[in-house]
Amino acid sequence: MTTRAALLVLADGRFPAGGHAHSGGAEPAVKAGRIRNAQDLADFCLGRLHTTGLTSAALAAAAAHGLDPLALDQAADVRTPSPALRAVGRKLGRQLMRAARSTWPSPELAALAAARPRGAHQPVVLGLTARAAGLEPEDAAHCVAYEAVSGPATAVVRLLSLDPFEATAVLARLAPALDRVAEEAAAAARDGIDALPAASAPLLDITAEAHAAWPVRLFAS
Amino acid sequence: MSVKATARITAVPDGRGATALPVLESEGPLALRRTRSPEPGYARVTVVGAMSAPLGGDRLAIEARAEDGALLAVDSAAATVALPGAGPDAGRASYALRLGAGEGAELRWLPEQLISACGSALDQTTRVELATTARLVLREEQILGRHGEDTGSLTTRLTVHRAGRPLLDQQLAYGPGAPGGWDGAAVLGGNRAVGQLLLVDPVLETASLVSRVLGPTAVLTPLAGPGVLVTALAADARLLRCLLDEVLEELLHGLRAARGA
Repeated sequence: MTTRAALLVLADGRFPAGGHAHSGGAEPAVKAGRIRNAQDLADFCLGRLHTTGLTSAALAAAAAHGLDPLALDQAADVRTPSPALRAVGRKLGRQLMRAARSTWPSPELAALAAARPRGAHQPVVLGLTARAAGLEPEDAAHCVAYEAVSGPATAVVRLLSLDPFEATAVLARLAPALDRVAEEAAAAARDGIDALPAASAPLLDITAEAHAAWPVRLFAS
Repeated sequence: MSVKATARITAVPDGRGATALPVLESEGPLALRRTRSPEPGYARVTVVGAMSAPLGGDRLAIEARAEDGALLAVDSAAATVALPGAGPDAGRASYALRLGAGEGAELRWLPEQLISACGSALDQTTRVELATTARLVLREEQILGRHGEDTGSLTTRLTVHRAGRPLLDQQLAYGPGAPGGWDGAAVLGGNRAVGQLLLVDPVLETASLVSRVLGPTAVLTPLAGPGVLVTALAADARLLRCLLDEVLEELLHGLRAARGA
C-alpha cells in the first residue's frame, strides 16, 4: 500500500508543520563567521547530516518500524543534552502532530498525542506519521535526513543572501550521503532501540543555548 | 603483537568512614596504584601508564565500581596517547570503560586527556550504570593530534544509565574515516580539543537548573534527568582544561552546599 506521492506530501517544505522557522543551528554559525559561503554551508550540512541527522533519522525509522514511541521519545531526550534543542524538538513534534492527525489520522498518533500533550520529539512523530501514511521506515529516515540539511540551506539563503541556486546545488551534491544515512538509519532501527545511533555535534549543542537567549533573531533555532 | 588487558577496581565502605579496595587488579599496560586522597573518606586510584597504549589492535578495558556507600576517585598519571599499531594490518584499538556506582556511592572519574595521535585508530566506549542515589563526576577530553600534527581516527561513545533507565547517550567521531563534516561549522569548527564534564547527583532531581553559556564554545546544560553536562571545545588541551577545571570546582561547591542545606 506504500505510495511514493505520500512521501512527497510529507517531505514538502509547504507541509504545515512549522519547520521553516528553524535554521538547524545555521543562524548562530553564520553570526560566528563559521558559515561564510556555499562551501562552509556544505561542510555544515554534511556534519549535521552525519550527527543529529543520522540520530534523528534512526529515531524516525524506528517509530515507523513500530518500536514503542514513548521509549523512542525518551531515547531522543537522552540524545539531546541541550534543553533548548529538546524544547525545539517537542515544539516541532507538537506542530507536526497537529498536521499529521488531520492528514493521516491513526490510533497510534492519537495515543502518542494523548501521552505527550506538550509534544513528543519531532522525529518520533514523523516516524509514526510515515507509518500512518503507509510509508516504509527508510522513507521516514529519508524525510528526516533531508530536513536536517534543507532547513539550514534555506536559512542560509536568507541569512547570507546566498544565491538560492548555489544552496540547492549544495543539497543536490549531498544526495548520495543522504541516501546512505537513510539506509544506515533504517538498518539500525531494524536492530532495535539499543542499536540506535547517538551521533552528536558539540557545536550545535553549544550554540543552540546561546542562540535561544538572543533578544533578536530571524529563526527560532 | 597487540595487547588484550582488563584492569579492575572495586571499592566498598571499610566500616570506619573510609573506603577500601578489595579488588585492585592491574593488567598489561594498565597499572593501578592506590594513591593518597586529598579528601577524607575517598579511596583514590591512579592509572599509571606502564607502557605506551593503546596501540593499533589493542583491546583495553577498565572496570571500576563503587559499591553501595563507597567513595571512589580514579585519575591517571599522564595522558593516554592512542598510537598507530605495528604495520598497516594492526587494525583499530579499543578502550572500554565500564563504570558503576551503587546506592549512596560516588564515583569520580577524572583521567587525563585522551590524545589521538596521527595515524592511530581508536574506539573508546564508556558505559556507566548508576543506582538511583549514586553520584557521578566524569570528565572526558579528546585531543585531536599531538602538537602540530593531524588527528588520528577516533570514535567515542558515552552511555549513562541511572536506575536502569538511559540518562545520556553521545557518540562522537573524528579524523580519517569519520563521516564527512566532522571538522565543519556544525561539529568542531576547527577546534582540536573536545571535552565533556558530567555530574549526576540525586539533589539535581529537585533543583531548577537552567543552562549557562560558559563562553563562545562551551555550555553547561541540564539533562532531562538529574544531571548536568558541560560540553566544551577549545583550540588546545590546556585551554580546555582551564575551562573545565573552573566549572568543575564551582559545580562541586554548589552540590556540597545543596547537600548540606
